[in-house]
Amino acid sequence: MNKNNCIMNCSGICKTYQMGAARLEVLKGLDLSVASGEFLAIVGSSGSGKSTLLHIMGALDKPDKGSVSFNGTDLSRLGRGRLNAFRNKNIGFVFQFYHLLDELTLLENVLLPRMVSVGTLGWAKVRKGARKAAKELLERLSLADRAAHKPYQLSGGQRQRAAIARALINGPDILLADEPTGNLDSETGNGILKVFNELHRAGQTIVMVTHDEKIAAIADRTIELVDGRVSAE
Amino acid sequence: MYKVFLPLRFFLKRKITYLAVIAVTLCVFTVVVVMTVMNGLVTDFVDKNHAFVGDCIVGTDSLVGFGWYEDFLDELRQADFVYAASPVIKTFGLVKSESSSKSGALPVMGIDAVEHIKVTGFASALHYRKDSPLLAFAPQYDSTLPGCVIGIDLLVNRESDGQYIQSSLLPRWVYSVTCFPLTARGALIKSGTSLSANSKIFYYSDNAETGLAKIDSGMIYLALGQLQEICGMAAESKRATAIFIKFNPGSDVERCTEKVARMWADFTLRYSDKSQSWLFDTVTVADWKSYCRETIAPMEKEQTMMMMLFAMVGIITIFIIFVVFYMIVAHKSKDIGILKSIGAGEFAILGIFLRFAALIGITGSAAGLVLGVLFLRKINNLEDWLFANFQWQLWDRSVYAIGDIPDSSGVILPTVVFICAVSACIIGAFLPTLRGVIKKCVDILRVNEL
Ligand SMILES: Nc1ncnc2c1ncn2[C@@H]1O[C@H](COP(=O)(O)OP(=O)(O)OP(=O)(O)O)[C@@H](O)[C@H]1O
Ligand SMILES: [Mg+2]
Repeated sequence: MNKNNCIMNCSGICKTYQMGAARLEVLKGLDLSVASGEFLAIVGSSGSGKSTLLHIMGALDKPDKGSVSFNGTDLSRLGRGRLNAFRNKNIGFVFQFYHLLDELTLLENVLLPRMVSVGTLGWAKVRKGARKAAKELLERLSLADRAAHKPYQLSGGQRQRAAIARALINGPDILLADEPTGNLDSETGNGILKVFNELHRAGQTIVMVTHDEKIAAIADRTIELVDGRVSAE
Repeated sequence: MYKVFLPLRFFLKRKITYLAVIAVTLCVFTVVVVMTVMNGLVTDFVDKNHAFVGDCIVGTDSLVGFGWYEDFLDELRQADFVYAASPVIKTFGLVKSESSSKSGALPVMGIDAVEHIKVTGFASALHYRKDSPLLAFAPQYDSTLPGCVIGIDLLVNRESDGQYIQSSLLPRWVYSVTCFPLTARGALIKSGTSLSANSKIFYYSDNAETGLAKIDSGMIYLALGQLQEICGMAAESKRATAIFIKFNPGSDVERCTEKVARMWADFTLRYSDKSQSWLFDTVTVADWKSYCRETIAPMEKEQTMMMMLFAMVGIITIFIIFVVFYMIVAHKSKDIGILKSIGAGEFAILGIFLRFAALIGITGSAAGLVLGVLFLRKINNLEDWLFANFQWQLWDRSVYAIGDIPDSSGVILPTVVFICAVSACIIGAFLPTLRGVIKKCVDILRVNEL
């Protein structure tokens, strides 16, 4: 892989969970590079540490050992504020269980990361543009007529597409998706995959965790987590 | 922006927040109403005691009393901080009347109506002579007769709603009061081998309602001079047992009482070579609070106990609010994870939930206060209505000397309750939010929607 092309680099990542006397070593010195514009699939058996890895890459969690660098910047050197900004601007998360806020409409859910990035005063300035961008995203994900609906009024697939729209609103450098189809039937899941495929073709860097190797087939590259390391490419 | 927008949304769009608001409302309502009634009863009782004795008392418990009081009264009246001073005799007498079943040894109080109405609330305690209190001891049908004012509960009955059944015309009742005169040495005066006792007939001229059960159910008031005579206190140098003093309005009672104490000390020094000067030794100077200590203290003890019980209710209230919030926020811990994953800072998230809690606290407390004050305003009407329709009464008015249920909460109590309730909400939300923010949100996000 071309070094210049590398957007995120993980090296020597270790993560251990301590449960009383028992130690559970989930990641044991894992190395991984993500190239810009790449669609990377991560597979592995349940409990192999896929979600853990994704959370570490998205700075939601910290590794015990090893480092994650984004565009050459070591994340461990960033303060809390910078890390929050990093999650807000550079990363977009998509979870298996959608994780939308129930009290907000779809449009508001999609706008939320943008609201977080600007202050209360700043919002007045960007509000119009942000709403336009959010509506466009919803349209792109075939949710235009659902903008004013609450999450509970939607199907699983629709919710997941809204979650993708939320992840994309700030134009993240990397989209981290944790089994985005895990909770959907295969047809709906295929729809979601199509969305990811389109995003990928438009140049979006995607890292997707999945159980299903067939789904992984549409990715540029698939890695498998075995025994806390990357076992095969 | 989202820091304001999200709390509002959480507040408006969650059914459970309505329940929380109602919980806070009920708690605040209860505390405000009960505290107001309790405080009101005690304050009322204390005020009545204050009204009965004035601001400061120079007096003795001895039935013998002390002499030269008129000289000291003159000095007091010249002091610029004294509004009025009234000489008083408190003693006991055998009282007999054909009109009243209650006779026997009763407390008898001798007062100088002219001065006493300036110092105490005596004038407003009267019924027939309310507007002409100087004539308190002059029966309406013949003002030349020696009158006596009787504690209202001794002779006036009450309706079940507490109203006294006053007869419109002053009844012509006669009381005979017998006192045993004491010498300045405190011995009973003897004539030969038998004790001498002075009896005198008094004509019922009015009744007095002080609102103090103990006083109203036993006290006989006589004109000072007349009581002095039958107690043997008019001989040699005249004696009284106390001087009730009223200070100028707005003066500091404690400081003025100290001044009176200094004046008294100075006075007794100058009068130490006068006759009967040993009687000064039993005289003390006290402000009304210390003077009424014996009466007020049990009530205040009771209040302290009630306050403690209510502090417990308050703590339970706060705990309930806390638990409600704990549940709500624990229920929304997923949202904490989501917010963190889209880049919201820890403090921002904490702020969102605290604002959410403050909204509930402020709305609930405000509603509780408004309801509480409205309820208090109508509490007496409500009680009247309950009594009229169901014969139900909080206090049996034919037994208790409580006129109305206290219904004015003032400003301080509601303010304190409001602040406590809102703080409880915020603290209740703070801990679980903090836990959620500190606990790695990845753990929250791993699980399915709650
Ligand atoms: N907070 C924690 N405390 C203890 N153990 C944990 C914790 N979080 C995760 N684990 C354990 O770490 C291991 C890896 O978890 P992780 O969620 O990364 O697996 P996964 O590969 O995503 O599995 P799945 O495919 O089922 O989602 C699991 O065995 C899990 O039980
Ligand atoms: Mg997982």
